[in-house]
Amino acid sequence: MKQQLVVVGNGMSGVACVEQILKLPHDFEITIFGEETHANYNRILLSLVLAGEKSPEEIIINDIEWYQTHGIRTRLGIRITGIDREKRVVIDEDGGETEYDKLILATGSSAFVPPIAGVEKRNVHVFRTLDDTKALLEKAQPGLKAAVIGGGLLGLEAARGLQMRGCKVTVVHLMETLMERQLDATGGEYLKRKIESLGIRVLLPQQTAALFGNGRVDGLRFASGEELEADLVVIAAGIRPNAELARAAGLEVRRGIIVNDYLETSDPHIFAVGECTEHRGQTFGLVAPLLEQGRVLALTITGHRGRAFEGAAPAAKLKVMGVDIFSAGSIDESEPGVETVRYEDPSLGVYKKLLLKDNRLHGMILVGDIEDEQLYMEWMRNGTDLAPHRRQILFPPRDADPGREVADMADSEVICGCNGVRKSDIIQAIHAHGLTTLAGVKQRTRASTSCGSCTSLCEKVLRAVAPDFQKETRTTLCSCIPFSYEQLRDIIRGQKLKSVEEVLHVYGNRKGCEVCKPALSYMLDMIWCGEHEEDRSARFINDRVHANIQKDGTFSVVPRMRGGVTTPHELRRIADVAEKYNVRMVKVTGSQRIDLLGVQKADLPKVWADLGMPSGQAYTKGVRMVKTCVGTEFCRFGVQDSTRAGIELERRLENLFTPHKVKMGAVGCPRNCAEATVKDIGIVGQEGSWQVVVGGAAGKSVRKADLLITVESTEHALEACELFFQYYRENANYLERTYDFVERLGIEKIRKETVYAPEAEKKKLLDRLARSKALAKDAWLERDAPVHPTQFVQIRPLEVQTT
Amino acid sequence: MKNSVVWTPITTIETIPLREGRAVQVGDTELAIFRLENRCLTIENKCPHKGGPLCDGILSGATVVCPLHGQRFDLESGMPVLASQPGGVAIFPTRVEDGVILVDLRSLRTAGDVAA
Repeated sequence: MKQQLVVVGNGMSGVACVEQILKLPHDFEITIFGEETHANYNRILLSLVLAGEKSPEEIIINDIEWYQTHGIRTRLGIRITGIDREKRVVIDEDGGETEYDKLILATGSSAFVPPIAGVEKRNVHVFRTLDDTKALLEKAQPGLKAAVIGGGLLGLEAARGLQMRGCKVTVVHLMETLMERQLDATGGEYLKRKIESLGIRVLLPQQTAALFGNGRVDGLRFASGEELEADLVVIAAGIRPNAELARAAGLEVRRGIIVNDYLETSDPHIFAVGECTEHRGQTFGLVAPLLEQGRVLALTITGHRGRAFEGAAPAAKLKVMGVDIFSAGSIDESEPGVETVRYEDPSLGVYKKLLLKDNRLHGMILVGDIEDEQLYMEWMRNGTDLAPHRRQILFPPRDADPGREVADMADSEVICGCNGVRKSDIIQAIHAHGLTTLAGVKQRTRASTSCGSCTSLCEKVLRAVAPDFQKETRTTLCSCIPFSYEQLRDIIRGQKLKSVEEVLHVYGNRKGCEVCKPALSYMLDMIWCGEHEEDRSARFINDRVHANIQKDGTFSVVPRMRGGVTTPHELRRIADVAEKYNVRMVKVTGSQRIDLLGVQKADLPKVWADLGMPSGQAYTKGVRMVKTCVGTEFCRFGVQDSTRAGIELERRLENLFTPHKVKMGAVGCPRNCAEATVKDIGIVGQEGSWQVVVGGAAGKSVRKADLLITVESTEHALEACELFFQYYRENANYLERTYDFVERLGIEKIRKETVYAPEAEKKKLLDRLARSKALAKDAWLERDAPVHPTQFVQIRPLEVQTT
Repeated sequence: MKNSVVWTPITTIETIPLREGRAVQVGDTELAIFRLENRCLTIENKCPHKGGPLCDGILSGATVVCPLHGQRFDLESGMPVLASQPGGVAIFPTRVEDGVILVDLRSLRTAGDVAA
């Protein structure tokens, strides 16, 4: 028996939520009630319909066919007048009852009509729905005197639409400033001047006391006693959540229907989404947070409760009558400790105001020039210390000609060397698919998907070529499963998902790809360490057969040789194996180990057995090695036993998987012969102490490691390594090396959360590491117990007919 | 003359794990057979880019990604997913009957192709 899901409200938020539900596994039969008789349309574009730039049909989002295709019952033009929560039915105006198992209230909001005498007169309209717009269109004639009450976004849009229809328009606003929620007095003044230059009168502050006229409106009378003639009046004084239905049903309601972070109301069977809601004391008017609400509610209601709605960032980017306006953060300059930095140029019509608190960006108003909006938002989000930027804060330096580097390149020039992608390939893909993001370029061309060193160049090409270039603000894993790494870790933990397929089916596109599958495999292994279903099909070939694939399809074999220390006996076995299996090259690696190159897949289990050594994990994102020097054991200068410490460190961490490979080093004195300071984790011996360093690199990037801590005993040094190692495992993004990880988080934060963390927190990290370690196995033992009969074996055909 | 379809039994379904591929040598050609949720698909096991073993690639639906350099091929058509990639791979119609994978080898190019 299918569950009945009833949605009251056929507007943008309700239907957007239903769209999200359809993407998830569910067993709902869906019924949508809509008071308006139209299919779901884009309310934001009503002003364009009023202005005659779009027809009503052009702003339909989901046509009737869409509802039919998805088997959604639609009941349009029907008003729901009650909810019987005991019987779990909604009651329509004709007394008809519809049962629900789950009910979504998406009742939206209504135009707020202030208590002004005479609002019932003819030719007084609100501007909220498609029907309102159509009614206005019938009235609006060239030469007509129109007054718009309300100088917020909606009022200004109505004014513009009416002006396009040839009306003589006056905007009347109660406050001293237009759009006072987004702008300050100066910003409002810039906007007012611009609007007036377009031929619209603006009166403010002006309180409308009454509308006069005999049956039909003739004009407005203000509290000051002045009058304004008007044949047509539009009231756009704000919106109020439609919460009456919920209130009458006894749900918790203040200004809007109270919802928690999962869009649940005070009744477990009833949910709410959109402009009718009130969340953490906030009600809503702009569309972006409402779409996010829809996504969260879809997860909650289909049994995947976990993702939380965090509320709306107070940021608004608007284009009002051709003027770009951006407003974000707190714009209250009377707040203690806030200082403002501003710039204005009246003839350019540019006004910028930044509010700073403790040298950090706290809020901003930008009018007429919003080019730096992204950088400012980045500063605000990250809490960037602006002390070094103060002199140029209003005009942060931009590249003189950001497109120059791209223009200098020939079309045939290869941008991505790993995948052989030329500049012209990227440009073609941008045009053919309308790409605007780096993720899109990656998906379509494969550029910057391997080593990543061409990422910024790809971005520059995009910026130069794509008309609507968008810098990515949130790193999502990939387009198959568009969540951030952090969200995915939470989802996997919270929803107790234990296989890659499960994660992709519930939260992704069900297919996955070579980017997200290995990343999800890692996350599952890190979180559940052995308690999950490992899915080899989601892993790269190297991790299916525990060897590194070479250009000819053969494999390389690197046995573990802890600390780079071996024995004559081991060396003899290695030599025997090399001869027995016709190994094409025996190579001493940079990691103080021996690599046997050119081994056939089918020979791998036998090679491992004959070697009798554990896997060196040289093929995987895991623990590679600890490179050591001979330390106090032999060296004249050694002050610490680095060989023994290195071998012990390798033993403690080996066989574990990590977000990217982890190379380590242990040196017995600051001469640093084993180069510990350019390793992911290094310990550097000094007289009586060890320095533990992290985040070093000597590969594609070269970076000197940061000092994590200095400790006296070897045991403490090893423990510091373990703390950092587990912290990196849990918090780094997949394929993020320690040198990027350390730079992203900052070494101070890492110290605080590892070596300087409270003892209880440290213990938790070490316990989780120990749990993983206890379940980690030498992968080469699969020589005796393969996970699948044909893991290494080539299939032989049953019979082959040649005729 | 190539005439009616001859379905050649190649292997049993359980020799290939779900969502993985395996190589099979048939004459001079190596085939890559992939097992999807409810069917198997077969292509030539050689990436036209640098000869990579496609059977070892990760699947994304009915697309395989070459393990060497990430070239992508649609298993149903053999065509590269990106227009900028050079060439496609040969495909071989495949079906499963009573747990046995049967492949139509007519498009096999063998050195001494003595067709009946």
